[in-house]
Amino acid sequence: VRFYLTKWKLNNAFFSKYTDIISTVEFNHTGELLATGDKGGRVVIFQREPEVGAHINAPNKYKGVFLSHFPRESTMYKTIKLWKVSERDKRPEGYNLKDEEGRIKDVSTVTSLQVPVLKPMDLMVEVSPRRVFANAHTYHINSISVNSDYETYMSADDLRINLWHLDITDRSFNIVDIKPANMEDLTEVITAAEFHPLHCNLFVYSSSKGTLRLCDMREAALCDKHSKLFEEPEDPSARSFFSEIISSVSDVKFSHSGRYLLTRDYLTAKVWDLNMESKPLETYQVHDYLRSKLCSLYENDCIFDKFECAWNGSDSVIMTGAYNNFFRMFDRNTKRDVTLEASRESSKPRAVLKPRRVCAAGGKRRKDDISVDSLDFTKKILHTAWHPNENIIAIAATNNLYIFQDKLNSEMH
Amino acid sequence: MFPKGTKRKFSDSGEEAVCGGGGGGDQGPSAAPAPSPAAARTLSSSYSLQRQSLLDMSLIKLQLCHMLVEPNLCRSVLIANTVRQIQEEMTQDGTWQIMTQALAAAQCPADRLVATEVLCRQTEAAAAAAQAGQSPKPFSVSGLEEGYHSEEVVMDGDAEAEVAMSSLSPVSPQLSSASYLAGPFGMGPCWEDDEEDADCDEDEEEDSEECASEGEDAERHHLRADSRTGEQVFGTFEIKHPAPPPDPALEELFSDVDPSYYDLDTVLTGMQSTPKMGPYDLLESLSSHGPTALSSSATCRSDLNELDHIMEIIVGS
Repeated sequence: VRFYLTKWKLNNAFFSKYTDIISTVEFNHTGELLATGDKGGRVVIFQREPEVGAHINAPNKYKGVFLSHFPRESTMYKTIKLWKVSERDKRPEGYNLKDEEGRIKDVSTVTSLQVPVLKPMDLMVEVSPRRVFANAHTYHINSISVNSDYETYMSADDLRINLWHLDITDRSFNIVDIKPANMEDLTEVITAAEFHPLHCNLFVYSSSKGTLRLCDMREAALCDKHSKLFEEPEDPSARSFFSEIISSVSDVKFSHSGRYLLTRDYLTAKVWDLNMESKPLETYQVHDYLRSKLCSLYENDCIFDKFECAWNGSDSVIMTGAYNNFFRMFDRNTKRDVTLEASRESSKPRAVLKPRRVCAAGGKRRKDDISVDSLDFTKKILHTAWHPNENIIAIAATNNLYIFQDKLNSEMH
Repeated sequence: MFPKGTKRKFSDSGEEAVCGGGGGGDQGPSAAPAPSPAAARTLSSSYSLQRQSLLDMSLIKLQLCHMLVEPNLCRSVLIANTVRQIQEEMTQDGTWQIMTQALAAAQCPADRLVATEVLCRQTEAAAAAAQAGQSPKPFSVSGLEEGYHSEEVVMDGDAEAEVAMSSLSPVSPQLSSASYLAGPFGMGPCWEDDEEDADCDEDEEEDSEECASEGEDAERHHLRADSRTGEQVFGTFEIKHPAPPPDPALEELFSDVDPSYYDLDTVLTGMQSTPKMGPYDLLESLSSHGPTALSSSATCRSDLNELDHIMEIIVGS
């Protein structure tokens, strides 16, 4: 049973505790933890609750276990912080020199020696800062990607990509630099970057001109020369003054297999085969009904919105967000797609999500369809994440987080 | 590369009149100065209006890019590229040179050509060259870099006086080469050292960017040299807090495509075209700034006054 026939339902875990806009959502590699960040600099981590004696169809729950509290100034855009997330469910008791509250005991009151023991306590998740990688970026960081070697990671801003070692905070290695000698000549910026999931020497970065560059760090210290350049030739008949803007890639993600790339530009999501640079393997229209509205969307700046995209665990389905709190899924095998909505009004807990449909203005309209002109462009779903193994998805809708789960099956097909 | 000279579409569907200036559709004579006969054959007045409107809109966006909540270099670059494309096309069909000549010759009051006038100031030399038959210099983003960094505030850890935010006067493209914020890192492949303090638990943002100040516009460039001490150099990247609230009238004028753009055009060129309701309704529903009141020609006078006001700000008087 494919995902589109299964139903997605709203998990109990619907949180609206964000006072700021959610800016990122990601599962860890096992899917047990879900991390979110917001524009106020807060990080919230959700942990999957263990199912004890639960019915096989009971929803998996994620509960919020940690809320960090950075002051606002420390967060913005240019500093990378590495945090260690650890759990503690035991604590030592029975110190000889300290009492229960940690105060130093008067030695003269100690009459016997005891060995401190670990006693169980309520589970506590601690997050401690481990590293601060600062000052390496002059421009705003748009991507961070940990390498498969778990020793290095890269950070990308508009014009440069730096390589870091996780243990070295005061130095980074510049591996891509597209800053022109004369800023007057600047016509292209880096928009996203990611390491290959399996080959630690390979990474990809996307640009505002719609190109993807695959780079091999073994070939040169400064990866200015790409190994592969992925670019789709322009269709002259569809050319407009907005062509370049809508071709700008807002997100790029390797498939879990490492064989494909998924990119998102303003109107489409594309799957590329790493072995074919000349054009994408598949192109999916996310909201083509906006194509005739580009001038208005340029005027109100929506055309610059940066939507992310995601693969499911088996790389058979891709997902991305849209406007009006809609998000879209495309099944690569069956070519079927679905539009779903993440909103309180349309989702009650445990309810099944109803597919939505957008109809062209003046077009034939079914009941419950929404017309293009009624879309709310302030409700944008920019960040989505898919559990690495299961059909559980996390959707960030402005300052609300939704976690949906496939009703019939929680295992991947 | 897209062949030069081919006209671009504004939208796939022919009915959609996308920009504010396109509301008139095919009615009325051309609003632009009469193009050369050759150009007139290939250029429809409505397309020309739309293109001019897009150009104006883009230039205003560039001028005000530092008023964004979050500065966005990608957006600025994309808008600048759009301006370049329009400029190239207008050069191809001859309307660019005509426009620059008209501006140089005429005593134009503040109107919708304000934005293009700013552009023409930058290319004054090129306009002179254009009269001599050479092609104009392409629009340059040299001012963008500065606009992008305009929110940088260098602040000592002991709360030394913050350098003032840049004034809201938009960056003039005439400024000489951008004061690139030279970071502590050289370019090219090298291990980049940093004089960062080893203490990782600082909550404050630590930026050891070196700031250069331009001699001629020292007060407009809020970047200033900060001597490096042995320990650390602090810096914060303030995005919006020090920014004075934008002038509501100004913001309202720019937050949507203002229909008065179109009306002004008609007033100034003596044309009386009835704007269609369609595009404005669409803008209303798409705009996140709430409904836009349609201006009638009766309010053009107040719009002119507002644009005078904007003109003053743009030229930094």
